Amino acid sequence: MLCTINTAAPILFPILFYVLGAVIIIATGLAITRRHLVHAIVYLVISFIGTALLFFLLGAPFLAALEVIIYAGAIMVLFLFIIMMLKIEPPRAPLGGYLRQWLPALCLVAVSLAVTVILVSTGPSGGVPLCTAMASPLEFGRFLFQKYWFAVEIASYLFFVALVGAWYLGRREGKLPGRPAGD
Amino acid sequence: MLVPFGHLLILAGVLFVMGAACAVARRNLIMILIGVEVMLNAAGIALVGASLRWLQLDGQAFFIFILAVAASEVAVGLALIVYCQRRTGTLDADRYDLMKG
Repeated sequence: MLCTINTAAPILFPILFYVLGAVIIIATGLAITRRHLVHAIVYLVISFIGTALLFFLLGAPFLAALEVIIYAGAIMVLFLFIIMMLKIEPPRAPLGGYLRQWLPALCLVAVSLAVTVILVSTGPSGGVPLCTAMASPLEFGRFLFQKYWFAVEIASYLFFVALVGAWYLGRREGKLPGRPAGD
Repeated sequence: MLVPFGHLLILAGVLFVMGAACAVARRNLIMILIGVEVMLNAAGIALVGASLRWLQLDGQAFFIFILAVAASEVAVGLALIVYCQRRTGTLDADRYDLMKG
């Protein structure tokens, strides 16, 4: 990856970054507070597509394509399949009210955000301006398979384990060996 | 020239905290899994940004592995959710009180 100087539109890229960041944060915030699961999934797809555009801006076009295909495509469609397959009960009010439900999360958010802002503002590399660069898919693939080929093999093994685990968990109960049917 | 590196880290931190809050506060099992997905995505944004900050490709390579972990985690997690729904008939984490803990 090499820095490229863009003299044509020096103000365009920061504006794009902030607009994309706002879209991502608003869509995620709407997604995690929806009561209906399908609405949450649709907002999350918007958030992931915004993330893909952000990756394109950060110089990773191959990862942007993968984000759209795998995150916004495969994983979210898997969620939709499960939501449609299961009989979801209508949403109901929590046991102790919303305050009891969200209070620990709000404490966590406040503390974590304070620590993040302090760390970033006092850290040595927080104010370094990013330059614009791009890693072509050819360059990235060459790097990945030269330096991380073993980790790629382990990732394929992880997929195999996940496949076997999902198949085992998804079997019908009655066919388990050593257990009477209809238990 | 793009934005300062700190702004990208703050964006990733805000997203991560939102995912953590979703996983902590929501009681639906599918929403908990969605929170975990948002957290993994935020970590990926931080890694790709760091890859651009130091002009090394390692951060982008690690995002590939985050994708692999997220995909397999969702497959096994959703299979577990289907299993729990068959066993107990509910997706509410508050109703898994068989042991009265």
